[in-house]
Amino acid sequence: MPALAPPRPAAQRRRSWGYTAVPRWIYAVAAVGALFILLPLMGMVSQVKWGQFLALISSESSLAALLLSLKTATASTSLCIIFGVPLALVLARAQFVGQRVLRALILLPLVVPPVVGGLALLYTFGRQGLLGQSLQVLGIEIAFSTAAVVMAQTFVALPFLVLSLEGTLRTAGQKYEAVAATLGARPSTVLRRITLPLVLPGLVSGAVLAFARSLGEFGATLTFAGSLQGVTRTLPLEIYLQRETDPEAAVALSFLLIAVAAVVVTVTYRVPKSPLRALLAGPAS
Amino acid sequence: MTLEFRAALAARTMDVSLTVGPTETVAVMGPNGAGKSSVLQVLAGLLKPDSGHATLDGRSLFELSPGTTWLPPHARGLGVLAQDPLLFPHLSVLDNVAFGPRSQGLGKVASREAARHWLGEVGAMELSSRLPAQLSGGQAQRVALARALATDPELLLLDEPMAALDVNHAPFLRSLLKRVLAGRRAIIVTHSVLDALLLADRIVVMDGGRIVESGTTSTVLAHPRSAFAASLAGLNVLQGTLNGPSLLMDDGVLVTGRPSSVPPVPPSVGGQDGMAAFPPSSVSVFLTPPHGSPRNVFKVRVTELEPHGDHIRVRAARLSADISAAATAELALEPGSEVFFVVKAAEVVLYPA
Amino acid sequence: MKLFAMESAGPNVLGANRLRMRLRLGAAAALLALVPLALGLAGCAPAGPPGTDTTSGAGSTPVVSELSGTLNVYAAASLKETFTELAAQFQAQHPKVEVSLSFDGSSTLVTQISQGAPADVFASADTATMTKLSDAGLAQGSPVDFASNVLTLVVPPGNPANINSFADVAKPGVKLVVCAPKVPCGAASTSDAASAGLMLKPVSEELSVTGVLGKVTSGEADAGLVYVTDAKAAGAKVLSIPLDLPKPTVNHYPIAAVESSKAGQLAQGFIALVTGAQGQKVLQDAGFGAP
Repeated sequence: MPALAPPRPAAQRRRSWGYTAVPRWIYAVAAVGALFILLPLMGMVSQVKWGQFLALISSESSLAALLLSLKTATASTSLCIIFGVPLALVLARAQFVGQRVLRALILLPLVVPPVVGGLALLYTFGRQGLLGQSLQVLGIEIAFSTAAVVMAQTFVALPFLVLSLEGTLRTAGQKYEAVAATLGARPSTVLRRITLPLVLPGLVSGAVLAFARSLGEFGATLTFAGSLQGVTRTLPLEIYLQRETDPEAAVALSFLLIAVAAVVVTVTYRVPKSPLRALLAGPAS
Repeated sequence: MTLEFRAALAARTMDVSLTVGPTETVAVMGPNGAGKSSVLQVLAGLLKPDSGHATLDGRSLFELSPGTTWLPPHARGLGVLAQDPLLFPHLSVLDNVAFGPRSQGLGKVASREAARHWLGEVGAMELSSRLPAQLSGGQAQRVALARALATDPELLLLDEPMAALDVNHAPFLRSLLKRVLAGRRAIIVTHSVLDALLLADRIVVMDGGRIVESGTTSTVLAHPRSAFAASLAGLNVLQGTLNGPSLLMDDGVLVTGRPSSVPPVPPSVGGQDGMAAFPPSSVSVFLTPPHGSPRNVFKVRVTELEPHGDHIRVRAARLSADISAAATAELALEPGSEVFFVVKAAEVVLYPA
Repeated sequence: MKLFAMESAGPNVLGANRLRMRLRLGAAAALLALVPLALGLAGCAPAGPPGTDTTSGAGSTPVVSELSGTLNVYAAASLKETFTELAAQFQAQHPKVEVSLSFDGSSTLVTQISQGAPADVFASADTATMTKLSDAGLAQGSPVDFASNVLTLVVPPGNPANINSFADVAKPGVKLVVCAPKVPCGAASTSDAASAGLMLKPVSEELSVTGVLGKVTSGEADAGLVYVTDAKAAGAKVLSIPLDLPKPTVNHYPIAAVESSKAGQLAQGFIALVTGAQGQKVLQDAGFGAP
């Protein structure tokens, strides 16, 4: 009864077709593109002194930087989810004047150099900043603290999550949400039981992107948070510093950073996070 | 205890008012773009009209002037079944059906119990652990029906529920619907005269956002007033002024026939707007005007020829004639031919508009 | 002479440390040549043939020098203003010469040179980094010290934490920012603190002097340790408080021609300018100490 079935595009596209409409030369250009990314990585890996690798990355300062990076990137990814999901929902679903402008502004950290982002945070939350003086009255000092690192990372990573999730929300459409509402589900129930499960793949990939971006954050952190071992000196800052005196350690740490990011991205993309994914991959009757 | 509904929406040139009795099923029919689905969307709370109100068993669904109320979809207590089953792809069949009861506050176990009951009602019990992607179109639509019924809606809105099903599966769902709609209030948007005949007590014909005709299914199909209803009923329908056993058309042509007995035409009527209806099978086609017994003769130009069962349907403007293929060949008919459509007065039914 | 002050208004990515600039000063340099300068040309106008550079002046204008070609100078970020001026002077003396300047952290520059960057002259902000170049066999002859620098304390205008001496930065609650010990200014900070008998508790160990200066000028930090030349260049944006140490840590700036250079004479000529009286005046005006 295949003709009967409602459109199941993803499941059907997975089936092997005898024909793909990709010209052969596309593969050649794609290979050049892939090499452009892969070759420098290989170049760096070739510089790693494997004999001393463990010793190089297990120094006290390196481990402190790695731990701090993982902690702060996790925290900033959580913040990105907490604030990014509502933002993406508002951008994808609501209609109001200035929506396009709001979207453009929220995506600005994608194009603004991170150092400029750091300066912006400084002029806002710094001691002399827009909010900093009031915060100081409340006894909150953000500069030079781990919180500042998390804020810098959230600032640069949030657009990645919002962009990814908004796209998924728009693709998913509102039909299922309308059906759920007619079945008596309140908006919060619709969000929890229908919308979020449906866009989970987009949310996960957005969160992974945000995590990776946070892990690699350098400029905004340096400008806004400073650099102190165990407090604000994340792995990228440690790499930059090590390079001054010990390029081999810097290379080893760079490899470690890439490896951590690669593992996180690969593992998260492999595990089917939602029934929707299992369903898309699974056989249709 | 009825549904009373009126809504106007300028953006879709919609202005409709409708009443549905407690156990009545109303078929809303009409050409594409007539505004049929808009009516359902407004009722479901998914589209807001400019003005209007709806009351369901004394409970206000919306009231847009003067004291504005607008119940959100989740508070309306309506069930919706669309052309696309729209089963939640991440939930099993059972959890899809249990979604409504669960959203209404029933516990997990009780919701699933209710879901099993309704899956049984639609004969889909054995599908309960499947995911929607593992269902055929017919199965999915049955599950969607069970899901819509599981909230025990006070009004069921069906938007072309059979349109996406193939001819092998539509009959099964149609008889299922006939069973569940008995004793329920429902509005069904459909293009199929069969759906209207089997499922609906009443037909409402919409065109251009307005209701152009309304009546019991049998009346509308027997004495169609609108062009759309005439095409549904498969009848030639002419419009004019009733004058005894004849109808004077606006272009001066006089059509003779017999006044309808159901409903009876009051003998006194004269000068009243009326219709003349006759089936295409009663029309003969001649190349020259015939003479003899009381007949109606229409000089027409053939616009279209198409197969219709074991006959050829000859279309000429708003009239049709069904003749045999042999006769078509003998007359050498083709689009553009000038011919005479002839129908006996006894075959023409006259009734007031 | 701030003729090329516009050049320093480039993008402030990581401060001057990462600033890379090229000066193409043909016409401007010719104008400059008309300005009567105290020309110390004896040392830098040898009669030998020009360098083996590919670019050569097409015109045959009468000039003071026969040197021509492009000279690539890689210099520590802290030398940006002085070397920009010295490059202009060098071009004024040798109108057919184009000086291309590249400023960055000393160790970044050494990495670039060892990866084949086309440097002719390298000026380092510390001896250790220059030694890395020499050890790699990339320096011609022995590097020559041409300047020195010492640290000073800087505080934001208004001095919010009321710092009056080096010892004050160790007071609790003072937000002190220094360079990380791994970079030259950080090493100097550590040894200066040791000789003052102070235990520093910085809130941040920045990756460069520019980082320290930025945190102080923005008011985030109460005090920072930077080179006197940085403090001088920052002008009114910071208040400078001398460390007053009997034996301050002195940072020496060595310069050398790069082994792979094909513009040997130009390189030697530029080094002579920097180490000569003219160069020394420019450097010491900017706050550098004698070598």
